[in-house]
Amino acid sequence: MNGVGAGSLPRWWRNRIPRYRLVGAKCKVCGRIHYPPREACPYCGSRDLEIVPLPRRGKLLSYTHVFSVPGDNRLSTPIILGLVDLGSAKVIAELTDVLPEELPNVKEVEAVVRKVEEQGGNGVIGYAIKFRPVLQATPGGQG
Amino acid sequence: MTRPEERVGIHGWGAYIPRWRLPMEEIGRVWGWPPHQFKGLNVKEKSVDGPDEDSTTMAIEAGLNALARAGVEPSKIGAVFFGSESKVYAVKPSATIVAEVLGITPVTMASDLEFACRAGSEGVRASIGLVSSGMVEYALAIGSDTAQAEPGDVLEFTASSGAAAFIIGPREGAAAVFEASYSYITDTPDFWRRALRPYPKHGEGFTGEPAYFHHIINAVKGLLEETGYKPSDFKYAIFHQPNGKFPVRVGKRLGFTYEQIEPALVTPYIGNTYNASALLGLARVLDRAEPGDLILLAPFGSGAGSDAYAIRVTEEIVERRDKAPTVDDYIARRKPVDYAVYAKNRKILVMLPR
Repeated sequence: MNGVGAGSLPRWWRNRIPRYRLVGAKCKVCGRIHYPPREACPYCGSRDLEIVPLPRRGKLLSYTHVFSVPGDNRLSTPIILGLVDLGSAKVIAELTDVLPEELPNVKEVEAVVRKVEEQGGNGVIGYAIKFRPVLQATPGGQG
Repeated sequence: MTRPEERVGIHGWGAYIPRWRLPMEEIGRVWGWPPHQFKGLNVKEKSVDGPDEDSTTMAIEAGLNALARAGVEPSKIGAVFFGSESKVYAVKPSATIVAEVLGITPVTMASDLEFACRAGSEGVRASIGLVSSGMVEYALAIGSDTAQAEPGDVLEFTASSGAAAFIIGPREGAAAVFEASYSYITDTPDFWRRALRPYPKHGEGFTGEPAYFHHIINAVKGLLEETGYKPSDFKYAIFHQPNGKFPVRVGKRLGFTYEQIEPALVTPYIGNTYNASALLGLARVLDRAEPGDLILLAPFGSGAGSDAYAIRVTEEIVERRDKAPTVDDYIARRKPVDYAVYAKNRKILVMLPR
């Protein structure tokens, strides 16, 4: 993910909607959906794509840990990256609200918006989609 | 219908509480507090934000939950009020980030409000004014805080993290309607945080009688006088919850029973979420309220002021409840952490660039 540092601030700003809202680009020719959205379909080369909302829940297919974490995100060490199958598209994103030892039991995940970058104490704060284990309803809970 | 409030109601409500919890005993262990220092607070543990969470991300999730319950097209929301004393920027609105994520932009008002723990409630009252006047169709009012406390200060026992959001719109189709509201404000410096300072200061016992109790009691008395209601007319009574004992004490002094107060108490389980404190209490009550129930809501903010609201639940509440997670769903999603993880999550650790 490109940062929100001074050089790439306009690019971050242009891409904020897919980062905030989990929308993908659907190729009108071959039907594949890409996240983050693409200008051109990497499979058939078509430039005829439309923005579509993606499902916010999916299956966690695989994950990996990143122990050497750069910059501000060191406090989130270890970062866990997940491959999530949303049905219509597969997404690679950070997982959150989960401990490494809990991961083998995580099957369903859902999208949330979290802080991904803050450029020290003086820069712009970047937010983006992550996934967490699906929130469970309290059994027999009133309301 | 005479009051502007009667033209306005709550269409959706949403909560958010982070997963991590810090038990009182753990804070006592680290700083050497004897148990009697924290046992009387009636707080078991407090919610702690994760390293990638802040007042903005919590407001986003609470806002999405409120939208899911309201079923309102985001573009119909004409005002977003973000009440917080833990804004991530000193200058740059958080309300624009929330509005953009929720799809409310660009034809909307959006601003951050500050009045210690009462800013979110000011957003509710401002929303009532805007909706009742017809200036906007719907408004989003949010209270969200990752409350600060200096390590070792008694505030650290209760200062916690959470958010609550409400979609406020016309009376028609609302899950609960406002009947009246009343504000009571004076210049009382019981709690403050100066510019560029990371932690607030407080007047110890001065935060109680002249601040919390005086303002809530006068706001609620004003509301009761205006409406003619008496405490026994209400099914639920919700007060700001700086700890687990103050809301019970102020309620009883006003003539309410523990049975009216208890359903809204969230601080014993998650600590004081500041701007979300009383509003999470309202969300928890709406999670279980029945049509016809009358609710008293009285948030408080240091500095100081309180608002009192009379809110009547409608038939619409029944089909809204299950459209988003409840407050209890979030309370049950808990994982205790020790003080070391708390210090890491809260960025109390000093880390140098490398």
